[in-house]
Parts: sequence; structure tokens; C-alpha cells
Amino acid sequence: MEQKVEHVVQPQRNHDYETIAASPEFKSLVRKKNNFLLPVTVFFLLFYFTLPLLTSFSTVLNKPAIGDISWVWIFALAQFIMTWTLCMMYVKKANQFDTEADQVLTKHNKSEGDRL
Amino acid sequence: MSIAGLFFFAAIVGLTLYVTYLASKRTNSASEFYTAGGGLTGWQNGIAIAGDYLSAASFLGIAGAIALNGFDGFFYSIGYLVAYLVVLYIVAEPLRNLGKYTLADMITARFNQQKIRGAAAVSTLTIVLFYMIAQLVGAGALIQLLLGIDYWIAVLLVGIMMTTYVLWGGMAATSWVQIIKAVLLMIGTIIISFLVLMKFDFNIFKMFSDMKSVTPAGEAFLNPGVKYTNGIDTMSMMIALVFGTAGLPHILMRFFTVKDAKTARSSVVYATWIVGIFYILTIFLGFGAAAFVGSEDIIAANAAGNMAAPLLAQALGGDLLMSFVSAVAFATILAVVAGLVLSGASAFAHDIYGQIIKKGKVTEKEQMKAARFASIAVSVFSIILALGAQSMNVAFLVSLAFCIAASANLPVIIYTIYWKRFNTTGALAAMVTGLVTALVLVALSPNIWSPEGTAILTGTALFPLTNPAIISVPAGFIAGYIGSVVSAKADERKYAEVAVKANTGLK
Repeated sequence: MEQKVEHVVQPQRNHDYETIAASPEFKSLVRKKNNFLLPVTVFFLLFYFTLPLLTSFSTVLNKPAIGDISWVWIFALAQFIMTWTLCMMYVKKANQFDTEADQVLTKHNKSEGDRL
Repeated sequence: MSIAGLFFFAAIVGLTLYVTYLASKRTNSASEFYTAGGGLTGWQNGIAIAGDYLSAASFLGIAGAIALNGFDGFFYSIGYLVAYLVVLYIVAEPLRNLGKYTLADMITARFNQQKIRGAAAVSTLTIVLFYMIAQLVGAGALIQLLLGIDYWIAVLLVGIMMTTYVLWGGMAATSWVQIIKAVLLMIGTIIISFLVLMKFDFNIFKMFSDMKSVTPAGEAFLNPGVKYTNGIDTMSMMIALVFGTAGLPHILMRFFTVKDAKTARSSVVYATWIVGIFYILTIFLGFGAAAFVGSEDIIAANAAGNMAAPLLAQALGGDLLMSFVSAVAFATILAVVAGLVLSGASAFAHDIYGQIIKKGKVTEKEQMKAARFASIAVSVFSIILALGAQSMNVAFLVSLAFCIAASANLPVIIYTIYWKRFNTTGALAAMVTGLVTALVLVALSPNIWSPEGTAILTGTALFPLTNPAIISVPAGFIAGYIGSVVSAKADERKYAEVAVKANTGLK
């Protein structure tokens, strides 16, 4: 059932991908996405590799933080919290991108409709 | 084996065969077989991803590693989890928008050439085989211990089960086996963690304080460096862990089982929460085993520590809990190997047979036949290899699979989606270089060579690291870059299509 409906709404055709790719709306979407994805990715990779770097080449994380729990466990736990936080942050951002992607497609469908 | 143990095993076998029977009724097209018709919901696929990912290496391996090596064992938990950010931020959605059944589909969405598809299929099959042998060898050893049957019977038993799920139930059955397993695994882990915490009067600080004196490592147990003393090797392993997941074929394949990128996204979110909670709990499994089983008994049961979790269950909850946890471990293995058979079969039947040999001119019926035949072939081949690999170190095989995935697959995936100038020469160079570098460096590593004869061959290792990722992952990226820059210009029209599809989901 579902597939049928989809087929009516979006028949297979050769879209003019280059026109969409060159449109200001699409360019703005890609720019916004990259401006979000790139810095965050760099951040979480740096944060992640800092842990093995510190444990391999220094002993600063071996000092006790709270009671007998040393900093290395706190930093390890921070990796988990970071992962969950960035995961939820991504969803929030991605929902905004969805809206913009829909606008790109709506505009494109309309201009293709006009041409036909 | 006790009555309760028999009951749990029978219940798992019965339940999984029942879902296979239900799935078999609707598995009658290639799309149903490979991707369950793309009809899974976000939470279903999220739990299934967790079920696919939390292999025996995670459950039994990490529990044992933490029990024996303290913090060093926990490195795996961290790497395996943060890897999900790479999947979510970089790979999941574009992959869903570009691909159909396999990784090769996604890359050939941009470069429609047989050799590219062939290279992607070869790297998929290589990863699947290493991963599968690791799981089967681990499964054989575990079931041999738990049920008291011979190794070869144990491998054969697992092999027959996995082939049955895939052959008759395809992706629908595999997904539900993974969902059942993930739920059981979480229940088992939460029960054990609760019992461990109870032993420490629900006081985390007391647990850490006590851990300082109960293991042979003493205070060092709580600090890094018990096992990993070579800093470069540790970094290399962490590279393989964080970048490998986003290149593992059986995980990537799971994104084709949902209808769109939004659902793919929500499934990664579910998976990240489940997997993260599980990996936090590995601390309790490991500490508990070290404290209440003791490293001597853990090593006596299995030198790599793989029996730590079942032994801990026995120490805390007697035979009943031990039986339950063993049955969960069995389900864990089944769910992972079924997913592996499916991704191996898709590379074999869809990519190599359907698209390269038959050039895409295959009927639905022929596709199904090829898929089923390939499933049997992949199963039989890996069972035979597993029977001969009984003495191989399982953890090493898994880390090798992660390393190849990170070196051969991830560079080409990232370039295909994000780099305009990327072209066929670059794609081929990246895949071949990543794969060959990883394999050659491992062949020269201390995993294979040991002067004392403790490894497979006797002699001095030419390459000093146990994990080659620190060389092979950059090698894959650099080869892709150089290959693209020195060869003919990229087809920018095709990239426009890929960029639009990846970012908007336009078909």
C-alpha cells in the first residue's frame, strides 16, 4: 500500500540535478549542514583521541578525582555523555535541515511542474 | 547441563525459529530478502543495530578484558560507542539516500563501473569472513564449555541455525532475531549489574575502593597501562575502533531496512542509547567478575577471559542465572552471524553475480535463487574456515575486521559523499590500498610472528604494531586523494546528482 502511494507522489523521472545543485536554496542547505557537521566532528574526534593520548603518554589522569575514582574514569564517562549529547543535538539540527530540504524539493517540483 | 539451562536454550531456539517461520511467508522478493522491504521502524531498526553490534566479542570479550586488565579493557567500550557519532554525523543518512542493498550500491551510485563494484564487494566479503570466523570460533569455544559438547558440533550447530534464519527468513527474520537478542542481552546485563552493585552496597565509591585490593594488578587495576604499554599501538587500536564501525558491511546494511533518512537517523539514536548503556554496564560486569570470580578462575576457564560474564552470573545468581546468561550469549552469537551471512550473501549474489556477471539483467526469481545459494555458500565456507581456526585469537580477528573496514571502506564512503573532485581512479586506489595495507601489515605483525613461537609463526615481526590502523587508515585516505588528483577530472554532473540525493533524499 505505502509503496503505491509513494509511487504516485514521486514518479521515477530524470530530475535536473544540476539545476537543483546550483540553486541558492540547496547551496545554503549544504553550507549550513557543513558548518554544523564539520566543527562538531572535529571536536568529538579531538575529544576522543585526547583520552588515549593522555593515558599513553602521560599519567595526569591517574590522579584521584573523587574518592578512589581517578580522572581517567571521569574522562571516560565524559566520552559517554558527549556521545549522547551530540547525538541528541544532531537530531535537533537535522530536523531543521529536513524542513529546508523539503523546501528545496517543493520549489524544484513546482518549477518542473511549470515546465511540463 | 541443568533443566533450566535446557529450557532457556530451547526457548531461544524455538522463539527464533518461530519468527523465521513468520518471516518466511513474506520473504519472496530480493528487496524483502535483503532489506525486509525497507519496512522497519526507527526503534525496531535501532534495537536490531544494537543486536547486530553487541557481538560475543563485546559481551564476553569486554567483560573479560575489564575483569583481567581493568581500565585497559574499558577502552573497547569507549571506542565502540563514540564510533556511533561517526556513523550518525557522516555516514547514516547519505548512505540511506544513495544505496539500495549494499555498500557497493552506494558507491556505484556515483561511479557506475564494474571494477568499483567488484572492489567494494571484495572488501565486504573479506571483512565479513574475518568477522564471521571470529564469531564462530568464539561461539564454538563458548558452547563447548557451556554444553559440554565437542567444538566441531558447536560450530556446526551455530552454523545450521544461522543458515536457517537467513535462508528462509531473510532480513526480516535476521532483524527479529537481533531484536530478541538485544532485549535479552540488556535484561541479563542489567540483572548482573544490579547484583554486583548490591554486593557493593549500591555505593560506586566503595566499589572503586574495593577494586584496588582484590586483583593481582593491585592499585594499577584502576589505571590504564595494565595491558596496553605501547602508546602508538593503543592509538592505532582506538583509530580502528572509532572509524571501523562506519565501514562494517553488516552494520551499514541495516540502514537499508528503513524507509528513509529520517528513520535511519532515529534508528542510530535508539542504537546509541542502548549500546551506550550496555557499555557503561560492562564496568560492573568486569569489576564484578574480578571481585567475585577472581582472575585465577577466569583464566582457568578461558585464557582470554571470555567466560568472565557467565562465571560471574553463576557466582551471583547460581545455576539459574548462569543458564540464562549462557543462553543469552548463544542468542548473541546467532544474531550477529546471521547478519554477517546476509551481508556476505548480498555482496556475493547482488553485487558480483547480479550486477557484474549478469549486468543487472536478472529476474526477481533468479535474484532470490542467487541470494539463497550465496547464503549457503557463505555459511559453508565460513564454517569450514572456523573449524580449522579453533586456536585463533578471537579478539585479534575482530580488531582486524574493524581495521579493514576503517581502511578500505570508510575513506571511499566519505569521499563519495563529500568530495566533488573524487573519481573512479581515486575510489579504486582508496579501496585497494586500504585493504592491502591492512592485510599486509597484519601478516607482518606480532599477531602472526613471535620469536618464542607463541603466535602462528615463529620469527621476528617486521611490523611492530598489533593493530595497523594508524598506518592503513591514512593510507586509504591518501591513496584516494592522490588517485583522484593525478587522474582524469571528476564527472561533476554526477556529483551534483549524488549531492542532491544525499542531502534531500530525492529519488
